Amino acid sequence: MAEIQAERTAAPPPVVFSERSRLVEGVRAYGLIVAMWLRSTMAYRASFVMTTVGNFVSTAFDFVTIMLMFAHVDVLGGFTLPEVALLYGTSATAFGLADLVLGSMDRLGRRVRDGTLDTLLVRPVPVLAQVAADRFALRRLGRITQGLLVLGYALVTLDIAWTPVKVLMLPMMVLSGAAIFGAVFVVGAAFQFYAQDASEVQNAFTYGGTTMLQYPPTVFAKDLVRGVTFVVPLAFVSWLPALYVLGRDYPLDLPRWVAGLPPVVAAGCWVLAGLAWRVGLRSYRSTGS
Amino acid sequence: MDDMDFIELDGVEKVFDVRRKTGFMRRERREVRAVDGISFRVPRGEMVGYIGPNGAGKSTTIKMLTGILTPSGGRLRVAGIDPSRERTKLAHRIGVVFGQRTTLWWDLPLRDSYRLMHRMYRIPDSRYRENLDRCVELLDLGALLEVPVRQLSLGQRMRGDIAAALLHDPEVLYLDEPTIGLDVISKAKVREFLRDLNAERSTTVLLTTHDLTDIEQLCKRVMVIDHGRLVYDGALAGLHEVGESERTLVVDLERELPPIELGSEPSVRVVKVEGPRQWLAFPASASAAPLVARIAAGYPLVDLSVREPDIESVIAKMYVSDPAL
Repeated sequence: MAEIQAERTAAPPPVVFSERSRLVEGVRAYGLIVAMWLRSTMAYRASFVMTTVGNFVSTAFDFVTIMLMFAHVDVLGGFTLPEVALLYGTSATAFGLADLVLGSMDRLGRRVRDGTLDTLLVRPVPVLAQVAADRFALRRLGRITQGLLVLGYALVTLDIAWTPVKVLMLPMMVLSGAAIFGAVFVVGAAFQFYAQDASEVQNAFTYGGTTMLQYPPTVFAKDLVRGVTFVVPLAFVSWLPALYVLGRDYPLDLPRWVAGLPPVVAAGCWVLAGLAWRVGLRSYRSTGS
Repeated sequence: MDDMDFIELDGVEKVFDVRRKTGFMRRERREVRAVDGISFRVPRGEMVGYIGPNGAGKSTTIKMLTGILTPSGGRLRVAGIDPSRERTKLAHRIGVVFGQRTTLWWDLPLRDSYRLMHRMYRIPDSRYRENLDRCVELLDLGALLEVPVRQLSLGQRMRGDIAAALLHDPEVLYLDEPTIGLDVISKAKVREFLRDLNAERSTTVLLTTHDLTDIEQLCKRVMVIDHGRLVYDGALAGLHEVGESERTLVVDLERELPPIELGSEPSVRVVKVEGPRQWLAFPASASAAPLVARIAAGYPLVDLSVREPDIESVIAKMYVSDPAL
C-alpha cells in the first residue's frame, strides 16, 4: 500500500499553448487533416488513379457537349467557340479550385445526422477547418486540369489585344471566382445545420452555377442574369471579367469597371459566409440536432 | 476553483424545441427538458459512474460538460472553465471517448492517428513519446501500432481510442459507454487501465455505462439520472438498497420438479419454472453461497448461474419503493 502511495504522482500541468489567431490555427489544422486524407487515399493507389481519370473524363464531357453544339452552329448567343472556351475555362478552373479545397463540406449534413460532428467539436481547432478538410479528395484535380486545358486552348486560339490589365484579369478572375464559389460552399454547409439534406440546394448553386457560367450570358433570360449578378454573385466569377478581356458588351448595361470588382465581391461573400457559419454552428450547439 | 469543485453543476438545464411534422406543412412544437435542473460536484481525481436508461439525459450532460452543447440554464464549470464559452481552451484539458464513434483514421495505421493528435494538440515531443509509450504498454497496443485501424477488432479499437484521448494529458476523461460490445477480456483490460490511470495520475473520470460491473469495479460513487433529473448520488451498494434490487439464481435440476421450497427463507422466491430449470430471485445484498448450499442439499443440482440486476430494473425498483422520486 505504501508503495502505491509513493508511486502516486500529481497530474502533470496542462500543456501550455500560446493563443494564436483562429485563422492561422484553422489553416494549420486544415493542412494537418488534408495530409491525413492524402495518406488515406494513397492506401488505395489504383483506386485513386482510376477516380482521378474518371473525374477528368466526366467533366471533359461538358466541353465535348459544347463542341458538338458548335459543329452545327458557328456562333452561340453571338459568341464563337474560342470565346465560349474562355468563359468555360475560367469558370471550370475557378470552380475546380473551390471544389478541391472545400468541396467535401456537403458531408456536414451526414455528420450532423450520425452525430460524428461531436467528435470534431471536442478538439482544440476550429470546426470549419475540420469540416472543410473532411474527406479531402485529390482526384478533384481532374476537374482543374480539364478547366486549364480548355482555358489554354482559348488563349491560344483567341485573337485578343492584350493589355497589362487584361493579363492581370486572368489570375484575378480565377482566384476570386474560386473564393466566390468557396463562400457558396460554406453558406451551403451552414444551411445543413438546419436541414441535413440541403446539400442538393447548394449543388444547384455550385455545380449548377458553374455549368451556367460556361455559356455566354446572352443565351439566358434577363432575370436569370440579374439574379446571378446581384443575388448570388456568380456573374463575377467569369462572365464580367471575361467579357472585359474579350472586349464584349456586358449584360444588363453595367459599367465597364465592374470587371475589377470580383475580389471585392469575393471578400463580401466570405464575410457573409463566415456569419452564416457562426449562426449555423451556434444553432447546432443549442439544439444538438 | 479548488480541487473539491473540479466539475461543478448548479441547476443545469437543457431544453430542446422538438418540431414534429403533423401534416404537409403543419408542425407541432414541443419542449423537451432533456436535462432538468441537475446539480453536483466532482472533486479532482474522483471516478464517477453516470448511469440511467436510454434518453435519460446522460449524453446531453456529457455534451454540455465538453462544450458541445450550450446549456439553456444554470451554471456549469469544468476546471474553472465555462465549457460552452471556451470550448477550444477546454479541449486541451479534457479527453473524450465516445464508445460508438471512433476518432481513429480507418485506413491508416493506428500510429498515424496518434501523430495527428500530437500535432493538433501541440503536445511537446518528449511528453508525447512518454504518454504514447505508457499507453502502448498498459493498453497492450505494441503489435497494433502499424496496423490499419479498419483491421482492428472492436476491443482493440476501443483501447486505441482511449489512448488517443489521453496523449495530451487531460485532467478529465469522459467515457461514453467504454465497454459496450467488448468481450470479457477486453472489458477487463480497459477497466484495469482506467483504474491505474486514476490511481497514478489522479485523472478525474466520468463514465456512462449500461454495465453495472463497470461501476462495481471502478467507481465508488454513482449518479443515476432519469427524465433529466438526478435521482441518486452515492455509493453503488446504497443504490441496491434503495432499489431493493434482486439478483437471480438460475438452477438446472436433474429432472422436472415442483418449484423449490426453502421454508425458512422468505426473501427467496421462485419466479419462473421451465422444465428442469428454475429461476429464483433473492436480494442483491445477500450472499448467494448459503442459498446454493441449501438447494444443493435438498435438490438434485446439475448446474447454476447467478445473474446481476441490470440498471433498468434497479431504477424501476427505485420508483416502486419510493414514489416521491
